[in-house]
Amino acid sequence: MIDFTEEQLERYSRHILLDDVDVDGQEKLLQAKVLIVGAGGLGSPAALYLAAAGVGTVGIIDNDVVEISNLQRQIAHFSKDINIPKVQSATEKMSAINPDIRIRTYREYLCADNISEIIMDYDFIIDGTDNFPTKFLVNDACVFLGIPFSHGGILRFNGQTMTIIPGQTACYRCSFRKPPPDEVPLCAQAGVLGAVAGMLGTIQSAETLKYITGAGDLLTNSLLTFDAKTMTFRKIRLDRHENCPICGSEPQITELVDAEQAVCGLA
Amino acid sequence: MTTTITAEVFQDLRGVGCPMNLVKTKVAFSKMKSGQILGLILDNGPPINNVPRSVTREGHEVLSQEQLADGAWSVLIRKA
Ligand SMILES: [Zn+2]
Repeated sequence: MIDFTEEQLERYSRHILLDDVDVDGQEKLLQAKVLIVGAGGLGSPAALYLAAAGVGTVGIIDNDVVEISNLQRQIAHFSKDINIPKVQSATEKMSAINPDIRIRTYREYLCADNISEIIMDYDFIIDGTDNFPTKFLVNDACVFLGIPFSHGGILRFNGQTMTIIPGQTACYRCSFRKPPPDEVPLCAQAGVLGAVAGMLGTIQSAETLKYITGAGDLLTNSLLTFDAKTMTFRKIRLDRHENCPICGSEPQITELVDAEQAVCGLA
Repeated sequence: MTTTITAEVFQDLRGVGCPMNLVKTKVAFSKMKSGQILGLILDNGPPINNVPRSVTREGHEVLSQEQLADGAWSVLIRKA
């Protein structure tokens, strides 16, 4: 059992006051390890909220440097950070919010060769990537290693997210079999309302904190979608599929492979 | 025969305002077993009005509360 310092008791008092989190939930947060894939639109709010919540170890992977066009939605990065690596910029903000936590940075792209080694040490993964091939790669690696994760995606005024507990609840491939063909890059041409990134990344953060503390019911076996234009939220039931190519009874996917990918810098 | 209930864990929370008095109460409970008795000293005013109500809502049982000479309150609570 952790002996909280006076400062920690005050810092985390609003968590401890919640019956569903309480002292032991905050202890679990301080002992948890969460990896954020992508330090962009979704990863930025996730990084800030996980740091603020006292998640003991936060890993963050991204190969990009901060560009001025990121600043409209990637709220961990400031104008002064242009041209510095996103993982470095995000680390500075996380430490400034909460010096209590350990931060591990990975300045690289996730691919079939490195993903297992990087994610295997974590309790939960937040997928904040901006392209379908990486989303499928994260799904497949998490299913193979049995690591729970939050899927998330945003485009224009829309967001979608679901939480996956491999082996127990529907995975991303149960419903979305493979990356869409001839994928239009989600990035530059499409555009996205800045705050939509915050909405979605914040929902993913809440799911992470719920998973770690055991509070409430997770967004499993269902896809939450919203349209910020009409501010309509919808929860679509998605069941696990017996014939899922990766988590079904006779999986056809038995190893990780890289799909060719349009590398772009939105999310 | 008289039975006197005595606290197994005791915290003097004089001068500790809301909500930190409840936070400290919850920390004390987290180190206790179910059925054990926690004794608190709470200031008059918001602390005595709020802490017993909050712990009751969380399922613990307030056994007694009695005002002391200095105006503060001595409260005994059995952990759920
Ligand atoms: Zn599946």
